Amino acid sequence: MHLHGDKPVDGNAVAGLFREVFALDLTTASLICAGCGAEAEIGSVRVFGGTMGAVFRCDGCDEVVMRLVRTPDGYWLDMQGARRLFARKVG
Amino acid sequence: MPVTDAPRLQWQTAEVREIVEETPRVRTIILDVPSWHGHKAGQHIDVRLTADDGYQAQRSYSIASAPESDHLMLSVERIEEGEVSPYLAGEARMGDKFELRGPIGGYFVWTIATGGPLFLIAGGSGVAPLMAMLRHRAAQKSTIPATLLFSSRTYDDIIYRAEMERLAAADPHLKIVHTLTRGQPAGWTGPSRRIDSEMLVSEGFAPDAKPHIYICGPTALVESSARALLALGHDRALIKTERFGPTGL
Repeated sequence: MHLHGDKPVDGNAVAGLFREVFALDLTTASLICAGCGAEAEIGSVRVFGGTMGAVFRCDGCDEVVMRLVRTPDGYWLDMQGARRLFARKVG
Repeated sequence: MPVTDAPRLQWQTAEVREIVEETPRVRTIILDVPSWHGHKAGQHIDVRLTADDGYQAQRSYSIASAPESDHLMLSVERIEEGEVSPYLAGEARMGDKFELRGPIGGYFVWTIATGGPLFLIAGGSGVAPLMAMLRHRAAQKSTIPATLLFSSRTYDDIIYRAEMERLAAADPHLKIVHTLTRGQPAGWTGPSRRIDSEMLVSEGFAPDAKPHIYICGPTALVESSARALLALGHDRALIKTERFGPTGL
C-alpha cells in the first residue's frame, strides 16, 4: 500500500487492506466517532499512513477514530476512537 | 462483463496489452486480465510489484475503463512519487505482467441505477474514475444529465481530451467544461482559474436538482470543492470524494 505520510487519502484507498481482513466492503460502512459523535462513511474518512498501516481521523473533531495496521504476522485493528460501526450486507 | 462479488480478494496476473500516451505527463495502460469478474464505474484496483529479491510494493489505482469494456485501463501520471507509478508510467512495456487485485471499494461508485443528475468534478489524473462513469453512461446510451468540470494545468494536459470532445458532441445531455489553471492557448474562452464556488454554480446543477456529485483529484481541490458545495446547500450524502494525494495542480 502506498499512502502519503503527511497528506491524507480517503478510507476508500484502504479498501484492499480491509478486504484482507473483512468479508464485507467496509468503504460503505458508517462509523460514529466516540469523541464528537460525527457519523461518516468509512470511504470518505481521511486516512493518514504509510506502508505499515492506516490511521483514520474524524472529519468532525480530527481525533483518531480507527487504526488498521498490517504486520508480518497479522492485522491490528484499534477502534478505541469509534463508538459504533455499521456494515451493510451486499445485495 | 457482469459483476460478481468474489468471496475473497485474490491477486491475479495482468498483462500489458497496449500503452496510450494521453498527455506529456500521463499515460494509459490497457490490460488483459484473464480472470477479471467485472467492476463498477468508480472502483479501483491494487497493483503489486515484486522485485527479484522478493521485495513488494503496492498502491491503488482507479479504473478508467467502463464496466462494458473488454479491457482494464489505468491512467498513471509520470511525476507521481512512490515505487509503483514510476514503473507503470515509465518502464512498463507491452507484454509485461504484474499482479493486481480488485475491483475494490463500493463507496465511490456510480451506476445508471444510481441516477442523476450526475455532476463530476476532477483535477488532473483524478479524472480517471469519473471517465469510467462517463464511459459507462455512454455505453448504456443513458440520457441522465451529466456535467464534468475538469481542471487541468494547460490544454495539452487535458487527459482523454479527444474522447471527451466526441462524447460531448454526440450527446446533448452531457456537458464538459475545462478550466486551465496554468496556461491557456490563444483564443481560449473557457475558465482559467482553479475550481471555485462561482464556477460550481455557473457550470453545475442547483442543489434543488439533487445532483449526485463525485469529486476526485488532489486533496486541496477535493476539499475546497466539497466545502463550497456544502456551503451552496448541496446534500452531504450526495457528495462523494476521492483524494489521490499531494500532486498539486
